[in-house]
Order: sequence, then C-alpha cells, then structure tokens
Amino acid sequence: MHLSTLAQLSTALESKQISSEELTRLYLDRCNQFNDSLNCFITINKDIALAQAKSADKQRAAGNALALTGIPIAQKDIFCTKGIKTSCGSKMLDNFIAPYDATVIEKMNLAGMVNIGKTNMDEFAMGSSNETSFYGPVRNPWDKDTVPGGSSGGSASAVAARLSPAATGTDTGGSIRQPASLCGITGLKPTYGRVSRYGMIAFASSLDQGGPMTQTAEDAALMMNVIAGFDERDSTSAEHPVDDYTANLNESIEGLKIGLPKEYFGAGLDSNIAKIVEDGIKELEKLGAVCKEIELPNTQLSIPAYYVVAPAECSSNLSRFDGVRFGYRCEDPKDLSDLYCRSRGEGFGKEVKRRIMIGAYVLSAGYYDAYYLKAQQIRHLIRDDFQNAFKNVDVIAGPTATGTAFKLNEKINDPISMYLSDIYTVSVNLAGLPAISVPAGFSNKLPVGMQLIGNYFEESRLLNIAHRFQQATDHHKAIPGGFE
Amino acid sequence: MSLDKSEVQKIAWLAKLAIDDQDISTYSNELSNILGLVETMNSVDTNGISPIAHPLDLTARLRPDQVTETNHRDQFQKNAPLIDDGCYLVPKVIE
Repeated sequence: MHLSTLAQLSTALESKQISSEELTRLYLDRCNQFNDSLNCFITINKDIALAQAKSADKQRAAGNALALTGIPIAQKDIFCTKGIKTSCGSKMLDNFIAPYDATVIEKMNLAGMVNIGKTNMDEFAMGSSNETSFYGPVRNPWDKDTVPGGSSGGSASAVAARLSPAATGTDTGGSIRQPASLCGITGLKPTYGRVSRYGMIAFASSLDQGGPMTQTAEDAALMMNVIAGFDERDSTSAEHPVDDYTANLNESIEGLKIGLPKEYFGAGLDSNIAKIVEDGIKELEKLGAVCKEIELPNTQLSIPAYYVVAPAECSSNLSRFDGVRFGYRCEDPKDLSDLYCRSRGEGFGKEVKRRIMIGAYVLSAGYYDAYYLKAQQIRHLIRDDFQNAFKNVDVIAGPTATGTAFKLNEKINDPISMYLSDIYTVSVNLAGLPAISVPAGFSNKLPVGMQLIGNYFEESRLLNIAHRFQQATDHHKAIPGGFE
Repeated sequence: MSLDKSEVQKIAWLAKLAIDDQDISTYSNELSNILGLVETMNSVDTNGISPIAHPLDLTARLRPDQVTETNHRDQFQKNAPLIDDGCYLVPKVIE
C-alpha cells in the first residue's frame, strides 16, 4: 500500500479497501522506522494526524469525501500550521508554535487531508542541499551519503522513500524542482501567484512559490486542484481562472512544439545527464512532439541577478526576526541593540547570515543602482528571453540540475559552486513562470530529472505533457533500495 | 568588489547581526567572492532597459477600508520571549 500514488490511495479509500486511520498509521510507522536514518521530518504529528484521519473517515462514511480526503501528506516546515511547531529549519524559530494556518494548509485541511509531519529544509529555504538546516542534513534515500537537494530536501526524501505519498514544497530558485530531480520524484513550481503565499514564511517575496512534490504528474494535478487559487490575504495572489488540473492529463501531445535552449545543453552539464535528458526528449518526440533549438541568451546572467534580488528581499523579510515578539532571544542582553544583534547573530546560521549581509550591502546607500537596479534590469531581459521563445514554441525542455545528488559536505563550504548549480532553475523564478521536474532516468544509480518550462498559467499543459511522458516511461516508479 | 574587515563589520551592523571577530575574515572572503560572481552582471549593457521588481505586471489591489482582523494578542504573545501585562519587554532604552 505504501507504494501507491495519491490517485491509487484515493481509489482504495473510496472502495473501503483501507481506512484513513489505517493508512495514516501505516505512514506514521514508516516515518518512525526511517526518520532516524533520513532525517526528513523535523516534527511528526502523530496525535493530530490520527485525529484528522478519524475525522476524515467520518466524513467519508457520511458521503462527503473529496478526492484527497483521508490521504496523508507531509508539509514543508515553512508553512505555518496552527498549534504545531513551524521552525523553517532555523534555530530562530525552534520555539515557534504557529498561531494560524497558511492558506495552503487551510485548503488541505478543508479537503480532509491528513498532516503527518513537518519536513526538514534548508534554513529559511536558503540552500540547495538541505545541509543548512539547524536540524541537521537530510539524506537521500538513493544513497545516504548524498544530499537530497534543497531547499525542500525533507519533502523530496520523504516522498522518494515513501514515508509520505506526497508533500508540499516551496521554490524560490529551484527548491521544489532540484530536490525532485535529485530524489527521483515529480515537482511542480507553479506560476508566481498561482498558489497563495499567506502563512508561507517569506524568503524572497517576488520569487517564492509553493507547489506539490509527488510521485506522478497526475498526483501533482490532484494536489494543485486543492491548493491553487486566488487568496485575498496574499497581496500578489493571481486573479486568474483556475483550471481543473486533472481534466487535460490524457490529451494528445501530437504537434506540441518543444524548445531546446542551447544554453541548457552546453558546458557545465554532466554528459550522462545530457544523454538522459535527450533520451527523455526523444520519448516526447515519439508521442508526437516536435523539437527545435531556441536561444535564451541571458541565461548566464540569471545567477548573478538572482543572488542580488533574492538576498535583497531576504534581508528585508528577515528583519522581522528581532528577538522581541517571537522567535529566539539571546541570554542576558545588555541593551536593546545587543538584544537585536546577538539574537540574530546566534539565531541564524551561516548561509542565512551571508545572504542577509549581501542583501544589506546591495541595498545600502551608494550601491543600490550598481547592484539592485542592475539586477532588476537583467530580470527584464530574462523575462523577455522567455517571452520571445514562447512566440515560437509551446514549452521549453532541458535538464533540471547540472548533476545528480552530490556527497554530503562536498559543496557546503563553497557557496559559489552551490549557487552555480542552480543555473537551470533560477531564471524561471526571475521570470515567474511555471516549471515541472520529472524523473527521466538514472546516472550511476542516482536519479536525473528533466525540466519542462511553460508560459504563464500553463500548469495544465505541463502536467499533461509530464503525465503522457510518465504513461510511456517507468522512471517515476523506481523505488530506492531498502524502502520497497 | 572586495570587502575588507571594516566593511564587513559595517554591513553586519546595518543588518543587526553580531559576528564573532574570528569569523570576520571568513565572511570578508566569502562575501567578496559572492560579489565577484554578482558583478558578472556588468558584462551586459542595460542602458534603457526598465527595471522590473516583479515578474508579472501586478498592481496593488485595493480593498474597502474596513476592519477585517480580530484581536489575537493573547494568542500571539504565547510565542513572545518576555511579556508583562500585554506588553513586549525589552531592555531599558531610556535611563
């Protein structure tokens, strides 16, 4: 049963093959059995999950069940969950019990989903390896000496090891897609504003977007049907009609025009990965898609622009952590300034402090034009690159990450090499586009993801292509050894 | 752009971050390297390109000027490090 997708679990619950309580106990048992070795969860919500499961069973008995009622889900610890610790992977919030639910959580609760736990993550979502977490690194179930990617590493590892049938993630520069790629699961970053950011702890507000991390594109569509939509409590929520994301999954992709950016297949890409992604694209051609080479000439500039915009927004957003109203406070502050500086100095980890300082620097008097304004101009160029490409193609395909899962400690002391590995994902956030990573094969026994990028609000199309791809391939069905 | 130790101390102060003296040279190296990466932006001429703060051309939504939130002070203060009689306490500011 634990190898089932959300779609299969929905059928099993509907046909009374299993109750939500039984299903929840099964996943809680797996979490308890494997969390010591994988460290994917910061908090496991046994009591709350069982209470939700019992209530879901009653809802179903009364004939009021929705598609995902009674199905367990793991929530990234960046989403506020009322009455449950919400740490964002930081010592700063180690003692923080969220006083309200994020909209995403509220919607899943209303759908009758069962929150089994809060997943580990890079501190404040800043990292690509899950090694910056205050709660220690998460391990990749495909090889426990390697990282799961980040920042949604706990969610990716939990779904890959089937400790949870699905999870939520957030993506500011690749934090859903890159861990999905490294752990062999499906991860969708929706269009900016498609999923509410209310109650999702802010890192870089013009880039952050929550989305599903699942075994299949069909499951991602089922989750999107629950979490997508306008929210008046999020000032940048999109007032755009919401699709039924499952409606077009089986549509033919005959004649679909796929653009292959030459910048995504050049130097810096591991040759095994290039081959696997090219094979994946051939599979799409067999299904009737037509490929053509395109150019995204400013791709190289996306990393420097991102590492101005994201730190600038983070230094502003994280100024709220001051040791006064909530969060960590240092011992025996000698005055107010000491309270601020030491609470923040002791409460934040190294990577977060680096980014806050870069942000403070690029926004400081005299440097604003040279850094922040310049980065915003480049952001315009990057958005235009994509819009020019979408005049000629329907979607863009390429690799998600430059390599497979790397060893723990391999890159943690070299921030620059960590940053550069996000080259295929960050430009999508700068442009605000939707993109999905789907398992495309294995290189030296480690998973490789293929990325599909769509135009604004074309999540349905991406899910349709990904679903057709998964109907024709088996990569997404592979289970890491020891977790079968 | 390379940042010397005094600049690191200044930025840390602006960001209200206490940094151990022994870590300053590490930060100085790391931050200088990051700024070096960032400065590759200068390879492109952006004269005349308008800056965008946001991917989509959003405008701020307006809403009626009505109270929509209720008071949750007691609940919120459960997370506070130090409170007294509904107030947040900090070290004395005025002698």
